[in-house]
Amino acid sequence: MRRNPKDNQHSVRRMTRRALMLGGAQAAFIGVLGLRMRHLQVEQADQFRLLAEENRINIRLIPPARGQIFDRNGRVIAENVPSYRITMVPEDTGDPDLVLRRLAALIDLAPEDVDRVRTTIDEVRGDTPVTIVDRVSWEDLSKVAVNGPALPGITPEVGLSRHYPRGLDYAHVVGRVGPVSSFDLEQIENPDPLLRIPRFQIGKVGVEAKAEEILRGRAGIKRVEVNAAGRVMRELDRREGEAGVNLQLTVDSALQEYTQARLATESAAAVVMDCETGDLLAVASAPSYDPNLFVRGISSTDYSALIENKYRPLVPKTVQGLYPPGSTFKMVTALAALEAGIVTPEDTVYCPGHLEVSDRRFHCWKRAGHGSMDLRDSLSQSCDVYYYDLALKVGIEKISDMARRLGLGVAFDVPMSSVKAGVAPTRDYKRERFGQEWVIGDTVNASIGQGFVLASPMQLAVMSARLATGRAVTPRLIKSIDGVEQPSGHGDDLGLDPGNLRQVRRAMYAVSNHRRGTAYGSRILAEGYQMAGKTGTSQVRNITAEERRRGVTRNEDLPWDRRDHALFVNFAPYDAPKIAVAVVVEHGGGGSSVAAPVARDITLQALYGDTPPLEAYPASDRSRAKALQDRLQREREAREREAQSRA
Amino acid sequence: MSYLEYTVKYTPAGPRKLLYLNWPVALLLAAVAAIGFLMLYSVAGGSFSPWAEPQMKRFGAGFVLMIIVAMVPIWFWRNVAAVAYGLSLVLLVAVELIGEVGMGAQRWIDLGFMRLQPSEVTKITLVMLLAAYYDWLPMKKVSHPLWVALPVFFVLLPTGLVLAQPDLGTALLLLAAGGGIMFLAGVHWAYFAAVITAGAGLIVAVFQSRGTSWQLLKDYQYRRIDTFLDPGQDPLDAGYHITQSKIALGSGGWSGKGFMQGTQSRLNFLPEKHTDFIFTTLAEEFGFVGAVSLLVLYTLIIVFCVISALNNRDRFSSLLTLGVALTFFLFFAVNMSMVMGLAPVVGVPLPLVSYGGSAMMVLMAAFGLMQSAHVHKPR
Repeated sequence: MRRNPKDNQHSVRRMTRRALMLGGAQAAFIGVLGLRMRHLQVEQADQFRLLAEENRINIRLIPPARGQIFDRNGRVIAENVPSYRITMVPEDTGDPDLVLRRLAALIDLAPEDVDRVRTTIDEVRGDTPVTIVDRVSWEDLSKVAVNGPALPGITPEVGLSRHYPRGLDYAHVVGRVGPVSSFDLEQIENPDPLLRIPRFQIGKVGVEAKAEEILRGRAGIKRVEVNAAGRVMRELDRREGEAGVNLQLTVDSALQEYTQARLATESAAAVVMDCETGDLLAVASAPSYDPNLFVRGISSTDYSALIENKYRPLVPKTVQGLYPPGSTFKMVTALAALEAGIVTPEDTVYCPGHLEVSDRRFHCWKRAGHGSMDLRDSLSQSCDVYYYDLALKVGIEKISDMARRLGLGVAFDVPMSSVKAGVAPTRDYKRERFGQEWVIGDTVNASIGQGFVLASPMQLAVMSARLATGRAVTPRLIKSIDGVEQPSGHGDDLGLDPGNLRQVRRAMYAVSNHRRGTAYGSRILAEGYQMAGKTGTSQVRNITAEERRRGVTRNEDLPWDRRDHALFVNFAPYDAPKIAVAVVVEHGGGGSSVAAPVARDITLQALYGDTPPLEAYPASDRSRAKALQDRLQREREAREREAQSRA
Repeated sequence: MSYLEYTVKYTPAGPRKLLYLNWPVALLLAAVAAIGFLMLYSVAGGSFSPWAEPQMKRFGAGFVLMIIVAMVPIWFWRNVAAVAYGLSLVLLVAVELIGEVGMGAQRWIDLGFMRLQPSEVTKITLVMLLAAYYDWLPMKKVSHPLWVALPVFFVLLPTGLVLAQPDLGTALLLLAAGGGIMFLAGVHWAYFAAVITAGAGLIVAVFQSRGTSWQLLKDYQYRRIDTFLDPGQDPLDAGYHITQSKIALGSGGWSGKGFMQGTQSRLNFLPEKHTDFIFTTLAEEFGFVGAVSLLVLYTLIIVFCVISALNNRDRFSSLLTLGVALTFFLFFAVNMSMVMGLAPVVGVPLPLVSYGGSAMMVLMAAFGLMQSAHVHKPR
C-alpha cells in the first residue's frame, strides 16, 4: 500500500510539532525538578543540615563509678560489680509487642516484666530508654546482642551495680542504694541529670544516703553517632566524668562481724567506740537484713516480711532506737552530785528498799533494801534509793546538764539515717513537750534513767567513753575521704574533777569485778584487760496491779514487747581505757544476765583484735564463747572457699 | 511511512553498523550507569558487594544486549511488535498465576539466570505495539473514535493487569507512556482535553466525597494522600521516608558532604537506599552540583533521542524512539519527584542508577530498539 505523499508530509509535520510540544513539557518538568533541588539543597540547606545532625548525633551521659566504701583495714564493704541489663527505646522499637514476644523467646521474661514495660512505655517519652530486665546473665546478654537486628530499639547494656559483700554486717551502717524513684526526684531541687538515667542508683539510707554527694561522682558526657535504629555506631568525642570518692569507715569488719553474730537473732544493738579517737569500731543492730536484696529490687513478700517482723530488722537501733537508760544513767546522777559538791564518795545513804517522796513510794529494785550504801556499793549493787536521794539533793537541772556533757540528749553528726537526739529532760522540756509542770517524782525517776530520760546505744557508748577519758569524745564513722584523714573525735577536756571521775570509774570497776557487783558473772579474767561497766534494766512499763493479782510478778511472764530492756555500758581496760561499749537488748530482761555477757564478749574481741583466749572468760561462759568462736571460724572458712571457687 | 515505501539509498551492513550507532546516547548511558556504580559502592559502605559488582555485570550484559538489538533491522522489530505485546500480556497473566511476590508489590518469574518482571517488559512492548499501530494506521483515521478506542484498549489491558499485582507506579507509567505516544501520533486534542478534564473532575470528586456517604476511596488511601501532602504529620510511618529523604537531599547543600560521607544513608535513615531512594545518596554526598549533573545527563539522553527521532523519516522509528525517550523520562522524573517530596511514594526506580536487574535489561533493550531505528534509518 502506497501512501499519499501529502498525507505523509502532514503526518511528519504534525508529529514534529507534537514531539516539540511534548519535549517542551518535559523540559519544563526538568526545570521544576532543578528548581526543587535548588530549593532543598541551596535555600534550605542549613535547616536540613541541622536536622541531619540531630538525626545522627546523640548526647549521652556516662554514669560515674560510685565511690567504694572500705573498713578501717581496707576491706571492701561496698563495691561496684558489672551488671547486665536489657533496655528498650520505645520510639525505635516500632511494634513493642512483637519485639517483646521475640525477646521472650530468647530469654526468660517474666509476665510481670512484660506488663511493667508495657505500662511504662505509655508513661514515658518515646526516646527514654525503659529497662526490660535487670541483672541478666552474660549468656542472655550475648543472645540479645547477637539477635540485635531482629530486635529494633533493644539495647543490651553493661553497667555497674552496687554490691555489699558483707551485706548483713553493714546493712544498718552503710545502708543501701536503690534506683531513683520519682519521689526522690521530687525531693531534690534541680536534680543532677544523672538521676534521670533509668535505674541509676542513689543512696537510700545510711552512709550511702548521707554521703551521696561525694560518693556519686560527676557524670561524663559522650557524643555518639547513632543510626536510624538508635544503635550507637561510633563515639565522636567524650568528656570523662569523675568517679565518686572512696570512703574509709572507722569500723573494723572483723569486730563488726563478731558483734553482729554475738547479738544473733535478738532485737538488740551494740556500739564499740575507740576512747582515744572516738572511732566507731562496731555499730551493730540486730536482726539485720541483706541490703543486696534492695539493690536488686526486693520482692513484695520479702519486703513485707521485713516490715512485719516485730524485731524491726530495717531500723538501725544503734542511733534510731531510744531506750530509757535505766541504771546505766546512775553515773550521770552520781557525777552531777559529786561535781555539785553535795556529796562525797564516802557519804552513805540508808536503803530500806524504798523512799517516800511527797506521799509516793519509790521502790528500790531490791525490795528488801541494800542497807547502808556509799557511792561504790550503790553503783556496783545498783541501789536505786541512793540515787533517789542524790537527785533530790542536786535537782534535775544539774543532772540533765551532766547528761548533756556526757553526750546524752545530743544528736551526733554521724552519717547514718535519722540519728536521734534522745532526751536529757529539764523542766522546760516537760512544759514544752507535755504542757505539764515538772514534779519531784520526775526527778526521782530520772535519777535512775527512767521517766523522761531516753538515750540511744551510741549515746551510751559515748557516755562510757567520756567517763573513761574525761574528754568530750565524739563518735567518728568516716575515717578518711579519698585518702584524706578526717578530724578525730578525740575531744577536749570536759572540765570534770579528775578525783570525782576516778571515784565513778572505781565504782564501775566494782560492778564487774567485785564479788557483789551486778556484772561480776560477766567479768574479764585476763589480767590488764578488766573492764569497768554498769548494768541497766529499764522498765518499759510497770507491772499492773491487775497483773500482780493474776500472779504475774516476773518479767519473763510478760509478753515480749512489755518486758524490760537489758542494757550494759562499759569501758576497758580499766587502767588505760581503749574502748567503750554499749549494749542494749530490747525487752531482753536483766542487764546483768543478758546484756553484760554480750558486752563482755564484744569487749574481749575488741581488745584482743582476734580470737580471745578462753581463759579470759569466767569458767561458766567458756563453752558458749568457744561455740561462737568455732561457728564464726567455720563461716569464715566457708566464705573463703566460696570466694576461691568463684575466682 | 514504512520502509518498503522508501528508496533506501544506503543501508550499513555487517560490523560497519557499529559506526552508525548513536554513540552519544550510548556513552551518556554508560556515564549514568557509572554514577550508579559509584553510588552503590558508597551505600554499601565502600564495597563492591553486594550491589555495585552485580550491577556492573548487568550493565555490561545490558550494553551487549543493546548492541545486538541495534544490529537487527528495525523492520523486523516492527513486524514482531504485536507478537511481543501479546507475549508480554501472556507473561502478565502467567505471573499473576505462578509468579512470586518479593520486595514491595512487583511480581516476577524466576528464569533461573534472572528474575523477569513482566510489568517491566510490558513498558517496552506497549511502546512497540503503539508505534507499529500508528505506523500502520492511515493518518486520516487517527482521530476516528473507533481507531482511538483500539489503542486505548491496548493501553488499558496491561495497565489493568499490572494494577492488579498491585503495582501502581508501573501502571501509571504505562498509562502516561501510552497516552504520550497517542499524543505524538496526532490524536485529536479534544480527546486529551476530555481525559484531563475528567481526571481533574475525578480528583475533585474524590476529595469532595471524603467523609460523605458516597466516599470514593478507602480511609487508608486518604491517609496515604494526607501523608504525601504533609509528611511531617506522620513522621514515623510512611511520611518518615519522605522526611528523611528530604533531610538527606537538603543537608547535602551546594557541594555535598563528600563521597561516602553521607550520614543519612550510611546510618540507615534512608529507606531503600540502594534502590528507589538512591538519588538522595547522590544528592547528599555530591550536593546540588552532583544532583544537577545527573539531571543534565538524563536531559541530554532525551535530547539526543528526540533529535534522532525528528531526523528519521520512518514513522515507526520516530514513534518508537520518542516512546523510549518518554518512558525513560517518566522513570527519572517520577523517581526524582518522589524523593524530593513532589509526588507520592510509588515504587519507581531511578533508571540505570538504582540497583535492579529487570529494569536495567529492559531499559537497555529499549535503547537497543532506539539504536536500531537510528542505524537503519532511511538515508
